[in-house]
Amino acid sequence: MLAPATLSKPITSVSPWAEAWRRFKRHRLAYLSLWILGALVLAVLVGPLFYKVGINDIDFQARLAGPSLKHPMGTDDLGRDILARVLYGGRISLAVGLAAMLMAITVGVIIGAIAGISRGWLDAALMWVTDLFLSLPQLPLLLLLIFLFREPLKQMFGLEVGIFILIVVVIGGFRWMPVARLVRAQFFSLREKEFVEAARALGASTSRQVVRHILPNALGPVIVAATIDVAAAIIAESTLSFLGLGFPPDIPTWGRILYDGRDYMDVAVHWALFPGLMIFITVLTINFIGDGLRDALDPRRVL
Amino acid sequence: MNERDLRAMIEKVREGKLPRRRFIQRMVGLGLTAPFANMMLMHEGIAQQPAPIPYKPTKRGGGGSLKLIWWQGAVHLNPHFAGGTKEQDATRIFYEPLAGWDTEGNLIPALAAEIPSRANGGVAADGRTVTWKLKRGVKWHDGKDFTADDVVFTAAYAGDPATATVTVATYKDLKVEKVDSHTVKVTYARPTPFWAEALTGSQGMILPKHVFEPFIGAKSRENPANVKPVGTGPYTFVDFKPGDMLRAKANPNYHVANQPFFDELELKGGGDALGAARSVLQTTEFDFAWNLAVEDEILKRLEAGGKGRLVFLEGSDIEFVSLNCADPWNEVEGERAHVKSKHPAFSDKAVRTAMALLVDRKGIQDFIYGRGGIATANFLNNPPRFRSPNMKWEFNIEKANQVLEAAGWKKGPDGIRAKGNVKLKFVYQTSVSQPRQKTQAIIKDACTKAGIELELKSVTAAVFFGSDVANPDTYQKFWSDIQMYTTTMTQPDPQIFMEQFTTDQIAQKANKWASRNLVRWSNKEYDDTFKAAQAEFDPVKRAAMFIKMNDLVVSDGHIIPLFARPRPRGIVNRLNPALSAWDNDTWALGFWWRDQA
Amino acid sequence: MLNYILRRLLIAVPSVLGISVILFTVLALAPGDPFEELATNPNVPPEVRMALRAQFGLDDPIWQRYFHWLVNMLKGDWGFSFVSRIDVDQLIVQRLPVTIVVIGLSQLLALLIALPVGVLAAVKPYSWFDRIASTLAFIGFSLPTFFTGVLFILFFSIYLGWLPFVYRADISATGWQWWWEHFRQSIMPITVLGLFQAASWMRYVRSSVLDVIRLDYVTTARSKGLKESVVINKHVVRNALIPVVTLVALQMPAVFGGAIVTEQIFRIPGIGSLLIDAILRNDTPVIMAVTFVFACLVIVFNLLADVIYGWLDPRISYR
Repeated sequence: MLAPATLSKPITSVSPWAEAWRRFKRHRLAYLSLWILGALVLAVLVGPLFYKVGINDIDFQARLAGPSLKHPMGTDDLGRDILARVLYGGRISLAVGLAAMLMAITVGVIIGAIAGISRGWLDAALMWVTDLFLSLPQLPLLLLLIFLFREPLKQMFGLEVGIFILIVVVIGGFRWMPVARLVRAQFFSLREKEFVEAARALGASTSRQVVRHILPNALGPVIVAATIDVAAAIIAESTLSFLGLGFPPDIPTWGRILYDGRDYMDVAVHWALFPGLMIFITVLTINFIGDGLRDALDPRRVL
Repeated sequence: MNERDLRAMIEKVREGKLPRRRFIQRMVGLGLTAPFANMMLMHEGIAQQPAPIPYKPTKRGGGGSLKLIWWQGAVHLNPHFAGGTKEQDATRIFYEPLAGWDTEGNLIPALAAEIPSRANGGVAADGRTVTWKLKRGVKWHDGKDFTADDVVFTAAYAGDPATATVTVATYKDLKVEKVDSHTVKVTYARPTPFWAEALTGSQGMILPKHVFEPFIGAKSRENPANVKPVGTGPYTFVDFKPGDMLRAKANPNYHVANQPFFDELELKGGGDALGAARSVLQTTEFDFAWNLAVEDEILKRLEAGGKGRLVFLEGSDIEFVSLNCADPWNEVEGERAHVKSKHPAFSDKAVRTAMALLVDRKGIQDFIYGRGGIATANFLNNPPRFRSPNMKWEFNIEKANQVLEAAGWKKGPDGIRAKGNVKLKFVYQTSVSQPRQKTQAIIKDACTKAGIELELKSVTAAVFFGSDVANPDTYQKFWSDIQMYTTTMTQPDPQIFMEQFTTDQIAQKANKWASRNLVRWSNKEYDDTFKAAQAEFDPVKRAAMFIKMNDLVVSDGHIIPLFARPRPRGIVNRLNPALSAWDNDTWALGFWWRDQA
Repeated sequence: MLNYILRRLLIAVPSVLGISVILFTVLALAPGDPFEELATNPNVPPEVRMALRAQFGLDDPIWQRYFHWLVNMLKGDWGFSFVSRIDVDQLIVQRLPVTIVVIGLSQLLALLIALPVGVLAAVKPYSWFDRIASTLAFIGFSLPTFFTGVLFILFFSIYLGWLPFVYRADISATGWQWWWEHFRQSIMPITVLGLFQAASWMRYVRSSVLDVIRLDYVTTARSKGLKESVVINKHVVRNALIPVVTLVALQMPAVFGGAIVTEQIFRIPGIGSLLIDAILRNDTPVIMAVTFVFACLVIVFNLLADVIYGWLDPRISYR
């Protein structure tokens, strides 16, 4: 029997975003990760205002010291405080990691989706472009781009921002291809599925099919790619740096600190441990946030 | 130290009051090389007494295999195309010159029967002609005899501009004639005190005429012998993978009776310096490693394992900092760092003095280079008796601040000193290398405390030391304010080394920046002294001139020498290599042996 | 399907040519000069260097050089290294076996680890197995190979002294000894590379299996009373393999291209270190040859992947 008394709350209409947010919050790990990532971002942005130890303060007496009250993360072989360097470099590493990842994901999803839903020559053309980028040797292209664009960018945006833009474009520009191919493959199998056919039968336009039905279900590999790309971008930046192509050598990005500390692992493991830990935490949080996003956006999950 | 002082010292050596060794050490301290110092003594008639190279084995072979690791791999095996010591060292395994230089600067015969001198009539009084007697009974690896024809051919091959060898300068104007089957006469175009320049050391490896003759001039690069050498050396060729592995085996017909000791030899290339150090000093996978450019502290830790040792031989490499004379940021006649422009900050002597005071050589030496870097005030270290007040190094941030303050460079609100609209903000570039980046960081730290801001730049070595005309980051272009690198003397005679500060050699667009005065420095007195030294035959007078030139350069302050860099070699226990600071590591490979105990 | 394959193969030829044009142009425009060592040398007169450049055709316009190169390639002449003056194909062939063995085995190892672990983790999501495996995977791909390589060397070569870390392509031993020696020196680089790859592949497998396992036909299969292992192996895995196939196909050309960082650390004479040396020395013929083969492999393997999709999921059709 119907029991109107159970309807204690009037039914209000909720916007799709609020609904997604509500579902996201129910994924506990994702919610927690969002806070942790937020705390990390906040720390690298304002930390240096509170923790006033210089990143380049050389102190030969305090070399390779382990963590202590004075140096919470220890010091490197020139006596520089690692916490200060991690906070300062974190800005760049996080920014590069997130920006490059977003660029790779966005470009990859768009190209993969278009290729996946279309057939014939558009797919072939886009795949040719993908194959082209996959075949390009990164290093000569990188040298060429830096040679062509470093000075103009530096003039326009200043040293750090200019290099930042160049690095994000380069790293992101070389990581979208796997995402595109993965998304395209997902589309191939999803577009034959019944629920898509049903949507088609109901008169949904192609773009609506893609955006509301296929894309949310194709996001699985994209989330995984996002987490991997963040780590890969942070590491790629350090690879560029020790080839002399990225940020100046005294800018302590996480990848750079890791690289500098790797030869001292037998005597000063803290040096490499802390930046490695930072990268790991970033990757972990992005992963859970991604999981939460996927669950929140998936219309078929009941949360 | 002038000519009179030098002559006095030489007399002391002649009378036996000053040990020969000490004299040579003093000369090296003054920036000359041991071979040059040796030549000075020989010219004055004081015969050399080379100590015999220690060698215990009594018969050839039985030593097993010798494993060498060079962290830069040779890419071909023609000594006259060598792009660096990596190829010189690799080719020295197979080829030999007439004589090599030991660590005291003495000439030790290899393919020569004896060392020519004025006493035995080998060297003419004016040094223009030298007669070398060649060793008899020497055979090439393919069995043919070694004769004077091969020496004559090698000189012609190397001196021909069409062959484009790297040794062409030594042989271009040289006349080498065959006197008989085992005697050659070398005639220099001008009287030269350094008569031993040709046909010795890494520049003088003799090539077999019958193998190289079909490929001269423009065809020289197609010769298969470029990667399959046929020489006279202690080891014969087995296999070569460019950039990776070179294998050789003992030469059963080697012209020195009980050499070589080892039956086979491997030279592995590639990787990084620290890995090479570990492979010798920790895992002993290899017996010998070359040029371990690693922080000394790490090397000490590796040595502490007790499985091997490091040897530092003082050569003539100097790591130094250049302060640009020209302005790299504004174009004059469409060219940056044009010789006509003046650097806005470094043209002020006070700034240069301050910069020199901000280099913490002791800190860098103690904590980075260690035994691999010996702090020096200039290319020459004056003995105390002759020390000039400018030629002394000092690290004093307070003093630097005072000097700048007094010269009118006041600190602005951002902490950086400025005068007028010129700020003390500089770009400081060098190649990618851990010790160098750390040195940069240390200097930057000191500069920040004096109100000077440095932007550090590191360029990958292949690009920095390359010479691509289109690339703005090469050290030749010097389109930054400050740069740092090591300069090496490629030949034992200092003349070419000192040429890099003459006005003629200023690098500029017109000569595609291919000359060597990268700091764009110009000084009339220096040029005049250099020209005089070129024409001067008396080596003692020349030595005094070189010393004077050094003082001129360093006291002006655009060049700040940091360290002499003895290059560390890693040697596993019980191995006895024969090394020399003035020649390749493999110069006396036949003399290497291992304690079998 | 056959139609589709033929069509794709026909398109492959012009697409490879198109890529080669772009590759060639990029290399020609990039800064660098193969004869830089001569330029630095004050003793070599500039005319000599100019003569060499002309001899190797470096001063001709780009399109002309490209055409030369193409014609030579078709004739089977892959060119001549500027730096070591050996034929390029000889250089590549010298290093090919090592690269294929070391890199190839590492990818195989990665697959053998990633597939079962990923499937198991997905079958019981958020169980302790999944959490540990996923955490290990995160650590695995957060740490670059230059780091884990050094870690392995420090532990296995230096601390324990079990394994040599400098790779030697010619080992004089014979028989079992030869195999054993090769195994000892290869196991570290193979493991370093393999674990790094397995870390990311495992996450993809897990995600893909999770997607499939929620689908209706799996529920149907279960409700039909099939055993869980049959459900997983026969119905789930096959459909979950599509992303895996994509990734493996993307990674296959790297088996030829080598792994630059790992080769540097362990001094493996593979094609990766050949490539990086050639790039730093501006040895264009070598770079061009290696990247061209790489491009062909990329196209071939991606085509193969597309074909395999059709086999894995019969509903995919290429109309």
